[in-house]
Amino acid sequence: MNRKLLNRFYDRGFLFVGIFATSISLIFLLALLLDVIADGMGRLGWQFFANYPSRKPEEAGILSAWVGTVWVMVLTGCIAFPLGISSAIYLEEYSSKNWLTDIIEINIANLAGVPSIIYGLLGLGLFVRFLNMERSVIAGAMTLAILVLPIVILSTREAIKSIPPSIREASYALGASKWQTIRNQVLPSAMPGIMTGVILAMSRAAGETAPLITMGALTYVAFLPASPISSEFPYISIQGLFDAFTVLPIQIFNWVSRPQKGFAIDAAAGIIVLLIITFVMNAFAIYLRQKYQRKIRW
Amino acid sequence: MNNAFNIEKLNVFYGDKPALDDVNMEISQKAVTAVIGPSGCGKSTFIRCLNRMNDLIPVFRLEGSIKFNGTDIYSKDIDVIDIRRRVGMVFQKPNPFPKSIYENTAYGLRIQGIKNKSRLDGIVEASLKKAAIWDEVKDRLHQSALSLSGGQQQRLCIARAIAVEPEIILFDEPCSALDPIATAKIEDLITKLKDDYTVVIVTHNMQQAARVSDYTGFFMMGKLHEFDITKKIFTAPSNKMTEDYITGRFG
Amino acid sequence: MTREAYHKALKELENELLTMGEMVAKAMKDSIEALKTRDMEMSKKIIKDDIIINKKRFEIEERCLQMIATQQPMAVDLRTIAAILSIIADMERMGDHAEGNAKINLLIGSEPLVKPLIDVPRMSEKGLSMLDRVLKAFINRDAKTARAICDEDDEVDALYEQIYRELLFLMIENPKKIEGATYLIWLAHNLERIADRVTNIAERVVFMVTGKMEEVNVSKY
Repeated sequence: MNRKLLNRFYDRGFLFVGIFATSISLIFLLALLLDVIADGMGRLGWQFFANYPSRKPEEAGILSAWVGTVWVMVLTGCIAFPLGISSAIYLEEYSSKNWLTDIIEINIANLAGVPSIIYGLLGLGLFVRFLNMERSVIAGAMTLAILVLPIVILSTREAIKSIPPSIREASYALGASKWQTIRNQVLPSAMPGIMTGVILAMSRAAGETAPLITMGALTYVAFLPASPISSEFPYISIQGLFDAFTVLPIQIFNWVSRPQKGFAIDAAAGIIVLLIITFVMNAFAIYLRQKYQRKIRW
Repeated sequence: MNNAFNIEKLNVFYGDKPALDDVNMEISQKAVTAVIGPSGCGKSTFIRCLNRMNDLIPVFRLEGSIKFNGTDIYSKDIDVIDIRRRVGMVFQKPNPFPKSIYENTAYGLRIQGIKNKSRLDGIVEASLKKAAIWDEVKDRLHQSALSLSGGQQQRLCIARAIAVEPEIILFDEPCSALDPIATAKIEDLITKLKDDYTVVIVTHNMQQAARVSDYTGFFMMGKLHEFDITKKIFTAPSNKMTEDYITGRFG
Repeated sequence: MTREAYHKALKELENELLTMGEMVAKAMKDSIEALKTRDMEMSKKIIKDDIIINKKRFEIEERCLQMIATQQPMAVDLRTIAAILSIIADMERMGDHAEGNAKINLLIGSEPLVKPLIDVPRMSEKGLSMLDRVLKAFINRDAKTARAICDEDDEVDALYEQIYRELLFLMIENPKKIEGATYLIWLAHNLERIADRVTNIAERVVFMVTGKMEEVNVSKY
């Protein structure tokens, strides 16, 4: 066989192997999705969202779980976003290059790869026990915030790095100070990238179970944390922060471990909701990135 | 005649690497001074010393003195921000901010804390007119600056620099990313700007230096080899190296 | 219009050329006037002023070179500058011929002219008129007029021939007049050369406008 034909044979061969490998993962994902949808679709409905968990599978709902998830997510965001962005700005713009910052940088990169259960242990030791926060929404949110912080920092740094130096130079050349340049040029231009990173980090946090279980979030919660808006002065209540809570993944985990067939269906329905939440968040992140990539041409 | 800049025994290093070697130069007011030379000769380093843009490079080190209207801009008690406001700069690639045409022009004023709408409007219009781009953008001041063509963007950048009312405008290879017509427009603008401003332009295009400048300096390997009236440099240079460079015998 | 400064400089260069043309025309006119009125002072002044014409030529030449070096003129602009470089050389020589005629007046000195001046002033006026019109053709970028001016050189040649024969007869008739007649032949010859130079200028104008080098009219002398 001459070389030309042989080359073409290898070309075709690799194409085939590649398609095969890709389809395997796709098929598994599809099978998983179809299985879950077939099991849980029928369970989805108003009642499912409005009911607290119950001993009877057909009456059980995810009210406390999704409200808890929203609570925890919002708080996590509120903690991780400013902390992460500030650290990223410091590391990227202000810190001088020396061995200390090198160590910090390497450690942040390493932290992003630490198993999430370790963060759970940290949350348990630091927030729940040492700071005496009990197994509250705030303790859970702080644990998750620390979990996603490295991701937020890394993606923010990437976003800041991607701002062309010419933009900074233009700002400095007009007599802008460092802070004015960061505030008026770097941050607005980097914001889409930062937001994408933050949302992806949050969608990861939304699906985390291990750290919350480790720090002792409840698995059976038949009440909601206190509402942040109260009818009495000062109309804002922080009581909710210190209430116990549960989140979707824990609720699902709880249902899956029950023997009754009905709870398996509840679990499948919960998985659908959780998947939809993550998909929507990821889709929003992709949308943001696409939109601003088109808008900003360098 | 008063000089805008008096540069004496200027030595610049990046780390241990010397970039400029004993440069002495006097830059006249209200005239166009061009700096030419082969790539890596130090011409960009030189112009970026004049508004302390090189401060942004951590390993940058400078010896000697650069006096701007008599004051040493590298002395300790000098406010860098004030220097950069008085010595404007236009860069190699048009670099408008991803904002509207209006906001681009007003940026330098806003960071000075000027908020008065009618005052901003007036300065924006005057600057865009001076940069010969007003007629092309007056109906779309609030559109993104990135919708403009490359040549228009560069004139917008000039307007943006003019808006803060500098005394000097530095041009760092301002036409290297532009087509010949856009280049001709910028060059025209530069020759007009010298009525009000002192202009220093770095260019790797020596024909451009010949066309727009009154004085030309020839740099090579970090040294200023010849500095004279442009007409003299391009008809009868006194330095053999300059002659070889402008006749294309090397470089 | 872009490159305003450059186009302004080109215009200035053309004006300089016209100024030099006026200086040469004045020298030509005055040299014949001095001969007619036997005015030695006027002739001396023409000789002295020729230095100014020469200086002007170098000045324009330098400006042309600077324009080429710094402005990179192309196409019609390049041809204009090339034409100017050539025209100033021709005009400088015309100035030299006028100076030569002034010197001849000094050589003749107090001697009376061998014959009354009739055709010589006509030749001179013809040359002056040709110079005046060729410079106008230059400014107006008028190749047609320039070509027509070349044809007029024949009239000047005819006048020269007439003067030459007349003076030859005079010399044969009266050998005492040989010296004075020879001076006048030189003078007429200078005038003839002046007209030739105008022809050269006209050719440059044609080249400047059309971009084609052409020899329009070949002089007999």
